[in-house]
Order: sequence, then C-alpha cells, then structure tokens
Amino acid sequence: MSFPYLSIIIFLPLMGAIAIALLPRAEPRRVKLIAAFFTLLAFLLSAALFFMFDRSLDGPQFVEQASWIPSINVQYFLGVDGLSLPMLILTTMLGFLAVLVSWRIDRRAREYFAWLLVLETGILGVFCSLDLILFFLFWEVEIIPMYLLISIWGTGRKEYSAMKFVIYTLLGSALMLAGILLLYSHAGTFDMVALAQMGLEPALGSLLATAIFFLLFFGYAVKLPVFPFHTWLPDAHTDAPTAVSLILAGILIKMGGYAMIRVCVSIFPETSQTYAPLLVALAVVSVLYGAAVTLRQRDLKRLIAYSSISHMGYVLLGIFALSQVSMTGATLQMFSHGIITGLLFALVGLVYDKTHVRSIPELGGLARRMPIILVVFSVAGLAALGLPGTSGFAAEFLVFLGSFRSTVVSGIQIYTILGVLGIVITAGYILWMLQRVFYGPPKAQYEGVLDADRLERFTIFSLAAVIMLIGIYPRILTDVIDMGILPIFGGLGL
Amino acid sequence: MVVGLEHFLILSAILFSIGLYGALAKRNAVVILMSIEIMLNAVNIAMVAFWRYIAPVLMTGQVFVIFIMVVAAAEVAVGLAIIIAIYRSRETVDAEQIDLMKW
Amino acid sequence: MPPEVALAIILLPFFSFVIISFVIRPFLKNRPQLSGYITIASIGASLLLSMWVLIEVIKAPGHVLPMPDYQWLVVGDIAISIGVTLDSLAAVMLIVVTSVSLLVQIYSQGYMHGDPGYSRYFAFMSLFTCSMLGLVLADNLLFLYVFWEGVGLCSYLLIGFWFHKPEAARAATKAFVVTRIGDFGFLAAILFLFAKTGTFDIGELHQLALIGALGGTVLTWAAIGVFSGAVGKSAQFPLHTWLPDAMEGPTPVSALIHAATMVAAGVYLVARLFPMFAHSPQAMITVAIIGGFTAIFAATIGLVMNDIKWVLAYSTISQLGYMMLGLGVGGLAVGIFHLFNHAFFKALLFMGAGSVNHATGTFDIREMGGLRKAMPWTFATFLIASLSIAGIWPLSGFWSKEGILAHAWAHQPILFFLAMATVFLTAFYMFRVLFLTFGGEYRGGSSDAHPLRESPLVMILPMALLAILSVISGWLPISGFLGGESHGFFSALASPLALVSLLLAALGILLAYALYSARWLSVESLRQTFAPLHTLFSRKYWLDELYERVFVMRILVDGLFAACHWFDDQVIDGAVNGIAGGTVTAGRVIRRLQTGQLQAYGLAIFIGILAIVACFLIFG
Repeated sequence: MSFPYLSIIIFLPLMGAIAIALLPRAEPRRVKLIAAFFTLLAFLLSAALFFMFDRSLDGPQFVEQASWIPSINVQYFLGVDGLSLPMLILTTMLGFLAVLVSWRIDRRAREYFAWLLVLETGILGVFCSLDLILFFLFWEVEIIPMYLLISIWGTGRKEYSAMKFVIYTLLGSALMLAGILLLYSHAGTFDMVALAQMGLEPALGSLLATAIFFLLFFGYAVKLPVFPFHTWLPDAHTDAPTAVSLILAGILIKMGGYAMIRVCVSIFPETSQTYAPLLVALAVVSVLYGAAVTLRQRDLKRLIAYSSISHMGYVLLGIFALSQVSMTGATLQMFSHGIITGLLFALVGLVYDKTHVRSIPELGGLARRMPIILVVFSVAGLAALGLPGTSGFAAEFLVFLGSFRSTVVSGIQIYTILGVLGIVITAGYILWMLQRVFYGPPKAQYEGVLDADRLERFTIFSLAAVIMLIGIYPRILTDVIDMGILPIFGGLGL
Repeated sequence: MVVGLEHFLILSAILFSIGLYGALAKRNAVVILMSIEIMLNAVNIAMVAFWRYIAPVLMTGQVFVIFIMVVAAAEVAVGLAIIIAIYRSRETVDAEQIDLMKW
Repeated sequence: MPPEVALAIILLPFFSFVIISFVIRPFLKNRPQLSGYITIASIGASLLLSMWVLIEVIKAPGHVLPMPDYQWLVVGDIAISIGVTLDSLAAVMLIVVTSVSLLVQIYSQGYMHGDPGYSRYFAFMSLFTCSMLGLVLADNLLFLYVFWEGVGLCSYLLIGFWFHKPEAARAATKAFVVTRIGDFGFLAAILFLFAKTGTFDIGELHQLALIGALGGTVLTWAAIGVFSGAVGKSAQFPLHTWLPDAMEGPTPVSALIHAATMVAAGVYLVARLFPMFAHSPQAMITVAIIGGFTAIFAATIGLVMNDIKWVLAYSTISQLGYMMLGLGVGGLAVGIFHLFNHAFFKALLFMGAGSVNHATGTFDIREMGGLRKAMPWTFATFLIASLSIAGIWPLSGFWSKEGILAHAWAHQPILFFLAMATVFLTAFYMFRVLFLTFGGEYRGGSSDAHPLRESPLVMILPMALLAILSVISGWLPISGFLGGESHGFFSALASPLALVSLLLAALGILLAYALYSARWLSVESLRQTFAPLHTLFSRKYWLDELYERVFVMRILVDGLFAACHWFDDQVIDGAVNGIAGGTVTAGRVIRRLQTGQLQAYGLAIFIGILAIVACFLIFG
C-alpha cells in the first residue's frame, strides 16, 4: 500500500478537533489558528493530490484497502477517481474558508471549531469511501456536529430547524441503510467498485432492483434535495450560522448528487434508465418550482437557500439525462454551485454582520457603504444566473447540452428547454435582490456601516477567483471529471 | 364435615381476592401495603395446604412459605419506610397524589 | 496579417478594463483621468487594428481571411473550439464599433467630468466595447452567445451606473431580464442546432444549410429561436420595453448602446446567420414582419414623447425595425449598411441630447427652446443628424433607407407601405424635437440650470466628426462590399421610389415646421382631434403596464409564484409539520393510558391474567 494520503486528509480535521478539545487554555484566537492550520493543511494536501492524480488511468487512485469487519466482509476502502476528486478539493477548500468565515465567533469557540472540524472529516469520508458501510458511517457522522452547530450557534428558530434537518436526514438514512443491507444480502459485498462491475440487476430481478434503487435514491434525494423532500433546506440554511450555511449549501447537499452517480447510476444502470423519465421530470419541477418560490422570499438568506433547490434541479437533470456530457456537467455544476452558493452565503453573512438586518425590504442603498461586497456579490449573483465567463455558465451549459442530446428519455428536449427557462427566472430573482439590497438611495440607518475587512476580502476574493477561473477555462476540472464519468457512462451500455 | 384441600383453597382465594381488591382500589398507601400482605398470606395458606394434602414428605412448600414470610417482612419494613418518607415530604399517603413520575 | 491582430482587437479594451479595475481604482484613486486616457488609447489602437483588418479583408479573395481555431473544451464526444471569423461583415462591424466607441469615449471625457464613478464608468465602457468586439468576431454560436451575454451584462452595469437612483436600478434590471427572455430562445436554438448538427461553428452551419442537410422545420425553429434573441437585444416588438427605460444611464452610454453595441448586436446576429435564415422562408417573413411592424409601431410612440432621449429611444427601435425589415426581405447588405449609417447619426443625436442636457439640466423638450443661438455647434450637428435619419438626399440615411425600401417593394409590398409611412413619421418626430429644442424662445430648463453655454471642445469635437461621418458614410461602397448593389450619386434620385420617400420626408418636416415653429396649426386642436390616438401613443400602447403590472406582477409574482410559495409553505411543509405534529399528538393521547398509578397497572395485569386463564379454560 502506498502512502495513505486519503486517510491523512480525512482525519486531519479530526486531529485538529482533538487538538482543540485537549488544548489546556482555550483562548478563541489560539483555537481558530489551530483550526485554520489543520484545514489549510488538508486543503494543501488535497490540492497536491489534484496535481499528482494520474489523468491517464481508469478507476480509483490513491487506494487504501484493509479488511475491517471480516465476518461480514466490511473493508476500510478509500480511493478517489475523477468524480470524487473535485468534491474532495471543494470540501477542503470550503472547510478552510468556513474557518476563516467564522473568525468572529467567540462564544464557546472551542466547541464550535471542534465540531466544525469533525463535520469536515465526516464529509471528506463520504467522498472517499468505496465501501458502502464505511460510506454510510461517514454519512451519519456528519449529522451530529451539524445538529449541534445549528442548534447552539444558529439564529431564529434554530432548534426547530436543527431537529427538522436531523429527522429528515435520518429518515433518508434509514431507508438508505435498508437498501444497503438488502443489496448486501444479495451481493455479499459492500465493495462499491465490485458492485458496480458485477452487473447485479439481472440477478436481482426488476422488482427488487427497483426497490433497492429507490430506497437508496430516497436517502440521496433528501440530501440533494429534490422536490418534494426539500423543506428542511431553507430552514436549516437560514437558521445556521454563516460558516455552517456555507458548508451545508456548498458541500453537504452535494453528497446527495455525488451518491446518486456513485451508487444509484453505477450499480443500477438499467433501473436508472427505466426511471430516468420520472426523475428528469422531477428535476425540472425542482428547477422551476424552486425558482418560483425563491422569487417570493423576503429574507436574504432564505432567498439564497431556496435558490439552491432550483440549482440542484440541474444536477438531477444532468445525472438522469444519463449522457456523458450531462453527467460531467452535473458534477461540474455541483462544484460550481458549491463555490457560488458558498460565496453567496458568506456575503449574506457579511451583510448581516454589518447591518444586523436580513429582510430584503428593509435593506437598500448599501452600494455606497460596501462597494467591495457589492462587486463580489454581483460576481456571485451573475454566476448563479449562469452568465458566460463564470463557472455557473460552463456547468449549466454542459448540463443542457448533454441533456438535450440524451437518447435515454424521450422528449427530454422539452424538459431541457423548460430547464433553460429556469435561468430566466433566476436572472429575475438575483437581479431584483441586488437591486433591492444594494441599489437605490443610501438609507440613513446604515450610515457608518463598514465594508469587508482584510480577512473577509481574502475569503470572498478567493472564491470569486475560482468562479472566474472555472468559467473561463473549465477544462481544469472537466478533464478530470470526464475520466470519472467515463466508466460509469460505459456501464450504462448506451 | 371433613375439612379438605378445597376448603383451604377457597379460604386462600377469598383472602387473595380481598387483598387484590384492597391493593387495586384503596388509596391509602398503608392499606395497599397491608392488602399486599394479605395476598402474600393467602398464597402462604395455599402453599401449606398443598404441602399437607399433596406432598407431605417434601419440605419444599414449607420452605417457600418461610421465604415468603421473610421477604414480606423485609418488604413491609422497606415499604413502610418509603411511605413514611413520602409522608414527611408530601404530608399525604394517598397513592393518587404521589404522582411525581407521571408525565 | 498575423492572426494575433484579431485577438488584440478584442483584448486591448479588455486590458484597459483590467488595468482600470485592478490598478487604477484601488491604487490610483486620486488620478481617475488616467482611466479615460487608457480607455481611449486602447480603443484607438483597436480602431487602427480594425482598419488594418478591413484593408486585409478587402484584399483577400472572397473577402474572407482564414483564421486558426483553438480548442477550449473537450467533454465526452464533444469538442468545442474557439476562433475568430474575419469577413466583410465582421470587418465593417469592427470599424463601426471601434470608431463610435472611440468618439463616445472622447465625448465622455467632458460629459462625465467630475463624476465620482469616473473610473468605474470607463472600466465598464472598455468591457462593453470588448464584449461587442468579441461578439462581432466570434466564429461559433457558443462564443457568440458568451459575448452576447457579456454585452447584456455591460449594458446592465452601465444603465444602472447611477445606482443610487431607484429608476436607474429598475431600468438596469429590466433591461437584463427582458433581453434574457429573448436569450432563452437563442440558447434553446443553439442547443437545438447542436443536437441536430453536432457543431457550433457558424461556417459549418451555413454549409449544412446550403447543401440542405439543415432545413425544413428544424431550420425554421432554430432560426426563430435565434431571432428571439435578436428581438430581445435589438429591442424589437414585443421585447422593446427595456430600451426607453435604459435612458436612465449616462447619455454617452445611450449613444453607445443605441449606435454601435447592444442593440446592433441583434441585427448583427441575424446578419451573421443570414445564410441560415435565407433558407427558411418562414423565418425570413417573421423577421420582416416583426421588423416592419416595430418600425411603424415605435415611430408612432416617438411622435408624442416629451423627453428628448425617449424620442431618440423610440426612433432607435423604429430604425432597428427598418434594419430587421431589410434583412427579412433579403437585403443583407442594405440592412447592415443602414446599421452602419445609423450608428453614426444616432450616436450623434444622443451626443447632441447630452450636450443640450449639459447646458439646460433637463431632457424635457417642453422646457427647452431657443438653443440655436447659445449652442450653434450642437444645433448644426443635430440638424445634420436629423436630416440624415429622415433620409434626405445626399446624407447617409438616404442611401441605406432607400435600399431597404427598394427591397421591401420587391418582396413584401404590404410592409413596404408601413415602411413608407414610417419615413413620414420619422421626419416629423425628429424635426418636432429639433424645432422645440433649438427654435423659438428659451423656456427655462431645470430650476438649477446655469447660464446657457456651448459644451466644451472635448464634447463638440466628436460630434463634429460624427456629423461629417453622418454626411459621408452613405457614400462609402459598404453595400457593394457586403455583396449588395450600389447606386450612383445622382442617378439614385432618378428612381420614383426615392422621389416618393423624399417627398414624404419633406412633408413630415414641413408638418413639424407648421406645428412647432411657424405655428400655422395649433398643436392643441390637433391633439383634441386625435385624443384617443394621442393617449394610446403617449401611454405607449399600455405595454409597460401590461407586462409589468399585469403579466409579471399579477400573473407571475403574485399569481403563479405566490401559489407555489403558498403550496410550499402550507402543503409540503404543512405535510411535514403535520406528520411531526401528528406523531406528537398521538403520543399525547396514548400516554393517557400510562397513568403512573401502580394500582391501575395492577388491575390491568389482573384482568389480563383472567383473560388468559379464561382463554385456557374455554379453548384449552
């Protein structure tokens, strides 16, 4: 076995959390520095992995495989391929920036940062696991810190939102666990690579395959979220502290889309094709419905939260259009949306920090007070509405292109066109929001409100730079993603 | 009239029923405790009667009765102690009002 | 000519944007004038390079220069390359864009002097020019779309330049969203074409259309989709409502938007894909009808507007309608020729409006008057531009309008009569503005106006240059260069068509003179006579109200979207909370059973035992 890069990356944040917990004197500043150090280290390592990744090999790389519970054939099996690598980098990057975004948190700082780091470990584990039980464990690990972070450091109806998040997620996980166990009882392994190569479906029969597929899918659909399982999202996003919203919208919901490709489509290629029409229709409903509801929001943070539902609809559309281009686009959209929405939440957090107002009708005329925030907010907003030159366009365009040409679903052209219609509504709510929050005459009550400081500028500028970089030259990621998608697409036998 | 096993058993059943009624229907904790004692003693009577009429050679029945008497004594001691403690703190021995653990 | 020249034309203004945004604005705050100089220098250099390109294209066989492609994205079975196209159409547009933009930038030096957003203004202007140049040069639909949206973004930023004014912010949002509705069709058409042909390359699409591999309903739908994008950008009916509102931006921005960049993009798009359109008669008719209708429709509104910029805005919509009509009746060369001429005189008209505003502090023509003496240069240039737009021989407008009318007469006689009527209306509304603004006595201007004074040289100079261009641009052999026919300088007057249109234009001018200068006729009585029509025109056919109040607010935002919102809150989340609440309620009911009374439990146990015993006795 080679050097265990992945284990180190996954457990670096956890080590940081332990270090913070064991710290003899818990000055907030020292805690933050430790948290930043460990997350930065994880980010740098994963970036190194990105450069070391062999772009000519098929299958997972940096594999670590060891028997864990031999009696039921559970392994400690890690590896990344072109699909998980971008997610890994996204997670470590946003994990580091989430620490920076939390720099102003001093209340119970030690616990806060420790939980934040545990959360990162959980998510990283999901993206690297190639064994279903390991995957499931990491999937569940993330819930505990999330519950505590929302219910202790949140705002508004934080206990309600935290509980809603937990119950929704656990319901999904319970069904997913049932699916995993059913799968195991027939296949005799939890190894995701082996399961994908097995061609299980004929052996299972269509009824059982469908049952397992939907048990698993439901668990992921709650996470993504897909209409009509989405109502936890606006509550949790709105009431969570800024950094947690950033992680929630930026990475956590991507676990759903990632798992749909990694588990549902890979292991059940035929069932996926059978039910693709249904799921594509659901995707378009998510897009349009999400956008329509977003337009009505009056709370700045809630507006951004709702927009995620619409944007994740494109991910679902791309995945179940089941073409190589659309799935690549969907993965790129997950990455791109992670950065864009992460940035938007960071910016909303900044606006709220400085004005203590989140209601859009009460805000207004902030452009003169916070020009830098306005510029970055515009960049992020324009990326969200899919303006060319930003990552949002590259991703959505690939999704549309792939979906439009897909042969799996008849009439998918209509669905795709309806999806394209979503970007018109998106333009409407993003620009209307910018207009109401930033433009117009300056209001007296925001006299003396400050713009972003040095650290905040670093955070938001770096995210904006990534948005532009991916938008101008998407090949940085698409070449890698394409490699990861290729075998999965090949498995579809189209 | 020859006194047979069934007479003892009937007595035992009557005593048990009285005890059961007292234990289920009375409110005073002391009475409930006493009712439980009556039920235990009803069992004792049945045990002794069975021993005498069915297996006079074996001592099992008598041993059981002695065990029950010991347990009953211990129970009364502990039970009364609890009732006194409750009475001290709540000034009542009404079972319905001792509802600290109720939702 | 090295291919890098074409890239340099696009990139020079982009570098200017980058330098202004990342060097001058953060580090050289107290020297904003540098921004203006850099912008002018970069666009000037682009102009020179464009001239070089034009000369090379003229020399090249078939007026096309082959250019290398660069691979941009490879995903699965799709490879997307980017490259530039250099043909006569692109070369002409390059000249239009760079020259008008350059003159606008020079003019802006004066107009924007002392504005706190001076650097920001020039940064956006550079980016705007860059996007438009990219759009002109793009050789495939995807990249055309990229710059297309870039142009939309920049106009959003510039219309909302004075974002502290709520109207400006509203207008900016409206411009972006309305054009995006059109872009939706454009993007759908791009996807559709790619799905059918597997290419984004415009040249290849033309080849496919030529050999008939791309045709029939596919081609028609694709062309109509593309055209819907052009309708949005070029402010054609029914997506024209954003353009008049866009007047909230600084006036030089309007000059640029109306002349060379934003609205020209739509016409250019149709021209660029003209071979595709030409193979679909239905698409051509659609273009012609929309264009012809828009021309007269906008002109009628222009008749009654009182804001000088609004009149000009509707006149732009009307003239763009002309261009579309020209393209729709098969006159690629005349359509673009009109775009070329229109760019100069419309930029000049807006600069004139800006100059007038500079002096009087208002755009309302009812408060102006008598400016001819105080502002002779502005008056003279405005007069030249007005004559040109009215189509008076031998000014530039005459030549291209003449070509469009001739084509319309040959192909669509009904639309020809609409276009003819528009000639009369155009002459009338332009001279109405001219007489009200420059003739008669001064009526005060805005309250805080300073004494009337001619604008500074830096503003007058570009106006004078544009006035010269407005005269002579029609004499250039643009139409022939683009593959159309040219007329002799005097022989053009011999055609009856030209004489009729000149006569109509003269009548329009005469009527305006009669009403607003000589006062032979009473404006009031005329208004009384045509009261319903006047209301209809001045309320702009109530389209703004229909779109914004009825359609967007009532039907969408407060209707459909509100219903979705209600559904989300009440039904979906209601179901979720209902399930949670139901569980809690059920628990509350069931826990009644747990009295906490040992005696009750004992009774239950006893009854249970009895039941079991009874079962044994009965069934055992």
